[in-house]
Amino acid sequence: MSQLFISASPHIRSKNTTTRVMLDVIIALMPAVVASFLLFGGRSLLLVATSVATAVLAEFLFNLICKKENTLYDLSAVVTGILLALNVPVSLPLWQIAVGSAFAIIAVKGLFGGIGQNFANPAIAARIMMILSFGGTMSVFHYPADTVASATPLAMISGGAERMLPDTLDLFLGRYAGCIGETCSLALILGGVYLLIRKVISWHTPVAFIGTVFVGSFIFSMPPVAEILTGGLLLGAIFMATDYSTTPITKSGKLIFGFGCGLITLLIRKWGSYPEGVSFAILFMNILTPYIEKWTVSKPLGGAKK
Amino acid sequence: MLGFSLPGVRVPHRKTTAHMPAVTMPPPALVTIPMQQHIGAPATPIVKVGDNVTVGQVIANAGGYVSSPIHASISGVVKAIDQVQLTNGTFSPAIVIASDGEMTPCPSLAPVSVTNYDEFITAVRDSGAVGFGGAGFPTSVKLDIKDTSCVDTILINIAECEPYITSDTQTVMADTDYIVYAIKALHQFLNANNIIIGIEKNKPQCIKRLSVATQELSYVTIKSLPSLYPQGGEKVMIYNTTGRVVPEGKLPIDVGVIVINCTTLAAIAKYILTGMPVVSKCLTVDGSAIASPKNVIVPIGTPISDVIDFCGGYKAEPCKILYGGPMMGIAVNELTAPVLKNNNAILAFDAKDAAEPKTTPCIRCGKCVSQCPVNLNPVLISKAYRNNDTAALEELKVNLCMECGCCSYICPTKQPLVHRNKLSKVMLRNAKAKEEKK
Ligand code: SF4
Ligand code: SF4
Repeated sequence: MSQLFISASPHIRSKNTTTRVMLDVIIALMPAVVASFLLFGGRSLLLVATSVATAVLAEFLFNLICKKENTLYDLSAVVTGILLALNVPVSLPLWQIAVGSAFAIIAVKGLFGGIGQNFANPAIAARIMMILSFGGTMSVFHYPADTVASATPLAMISGGAERMLPDTLDLFLGRYAGCIGETCSLALILGGVYLLIRKVISWHTPVAFIGTVFVGSFIFSMPPVAEILTGGLLLGAIFMATDYSTTPITKSGKLIFGFGCGLITLLIRKWGSYPEGVSFAILFMNILTPYIEKWTVSKPLGGAKK
Repeated sequence: MLGFSLPGVRVPHRKTTAHMPAVTMPPPALVTIPMQQHIGAPATPIVKVGDNVTVGQVIANAGGYVSSPIHASISGVVKAIDQVQLTNGTFSPAIVIASDGEMTPCPSLAPVSVTNYDEFITAVRDSGAVGFGGAGFPTSVKLDIKDTSCVDTILINIAECEPYITSDTQTVMADTDYIVYAIKALHQFLNANNIIIGIEKNKPQCIKRLSVATQELSYVTIKSLPSLYPQGGEKVMIYNTTGRVVPEGKLPIDVGVIVINCTTLAAIAKYILTGMPVVSKCLTVDGSAIASPKNVIVPIGTPISDVIDFCGGYKAEPCKILYGGPMMGIAVNELTAPVLKNNNAILAFDAKDAAEPKTTPCIRCGKCVSQCPVNLNPVLISKAYRNNDTAALEELKVNLCMECGCCSYICPTKQPLVHRNKLSKVMLRNAKAKEEKK
């Protein structure tokens, strides 16, 4: 009786934790992982496993060496590992994904102070590092069933070979060449719906991002359906542009962020040398996030206008 | 009528006592009645040590305009007039009465005749009513408006949105007639032609009871509000029922609204109709460490420990005891602390419920921002607080924070957000005081 506990209100808390949030993201990514296996075969699972294992090990060692608290329990390293793996072609050498994964955890997240502190999305930044360093292997894509490399739908569009595009159903199910986790729109949308239902993400960023690309494709006379279903747009819009640490907190900020991502993606796809563009767009908007946040501070109810 | 209501959080209800009518507790051996149970000047004692007092007898007069008289809650002998520490940590003079076990009512109590506005306000003041739902602002001051035409709406607050608490529910069910009488009085004396009863829809029995009781009163509307904490927050309720926004630094009356708690109304009517002022309070006693949770009518000034004893004591080692609800209540370490007029619950939690969750680094999920009913940004407030940046705190309008606790509740990383907001307000106040001194 003597040691009654004194603490500040509130005295009850929601059950939500960082671990639970990350677990939800992992669950939401599962359809895409399964799809990558069905479409690209067992090697995609090997990539995912290597990436996750490296990410977890990197986080563990980094915290150990820096004498920081072990943060593996929050599962964010697992999320980064899966996301990165879904963003590479099936033929990528395993050591390269391991390098990318370690880079994501140590250079992009850890050195900036860990979860919540990094300004760039670890999976995105690592992917871009890999495109720049391992250009040869990062840009060879295989049709799911084929052994020879082939062009991605976006490469076909920018190469003027639009009539060779797979039909919409194939685009939707992911039966075309691309990164292992980006092709199956159905799986990504399932994951997105799950995240929305669990209130892990809000609709603002994905809708603004995808909507901008869709509408913009009409204006730039690009095929809108193919533009949104391919090139990692759904993977980026649903899973990476909604990353908490690196995107704005407010609703209006999220809308601006999504719009900016969509616009840059379009510009890169239309005029840039990388047909995909999604990763660069998100990274660029990550950098702008602090400024967007400054412009979009929420207006408190009853905050007198002076 | 409104497209949407303000955000909030879905807290667990845990209203196990919702269907337990309040039982009256026998008088405790001793009551300690603080002179400061309201906002404003403390009451001035008018009895001396050794005096005999009876239930309902005035023992202290209002200490000023913004104040409230205090009445003996039990019959017996005044044992001491002392300083006591209140649950919020401040000190107040208090009158200690030793019970004679009789609960003899004061012989001079009689129904009060009220025929006009001034008599009504006097009666409200004499009843000792204060805002029972919140900070204990004297009701007579709230209702004392020079010009009744500047108020077009009176809101009766029966949200009772805190988990566990059902004491207002019991009052509505037991004292429906008193509440209806008071509503009629507000209509008659304050010319209130639009009286809205705001009630959370998880209390269907109250909604039904009041709809029937106010059927004939054309000026009364019952609004059932979503079960979304904090519907009972004054500003939230005003917005959700009338769409009006109370600006920073202003009161509800500045937008033509007065908000009154239903239990306060019942107390006023009881005084007018029977002469018995505020001498007791209905409390919900609950929580995982309480042996038999109950709603109890408790004499003001009863030590918390006596109330808990009356509810069968503990069934598990109590590790945290709250004065009030789990969202906004205060954790106490002094079980001799007395029950005050604005208290509505005592909760005792076992070790499991009392355990503080571990705080982990903020992941910037934005939940605290999107769930804040008044749209504040607790993340930025915390940052400004850590940087001692009072200019930013002012800019972020931390003073609009109603300390409802939604942000801390929803935060997945268990950041003590409300607590930092409270400290930020103090920081801002101190900075302003310093500036003025210069
Ligand atoms: S709810 Fe908690 S974790 Fe999320 S942004 Fe607010 S403080 Fe950070
Ligand atoms: S900032 Fe204040 S008003 Fe907003 S949720 Fe937190 S405690 Fe409530």
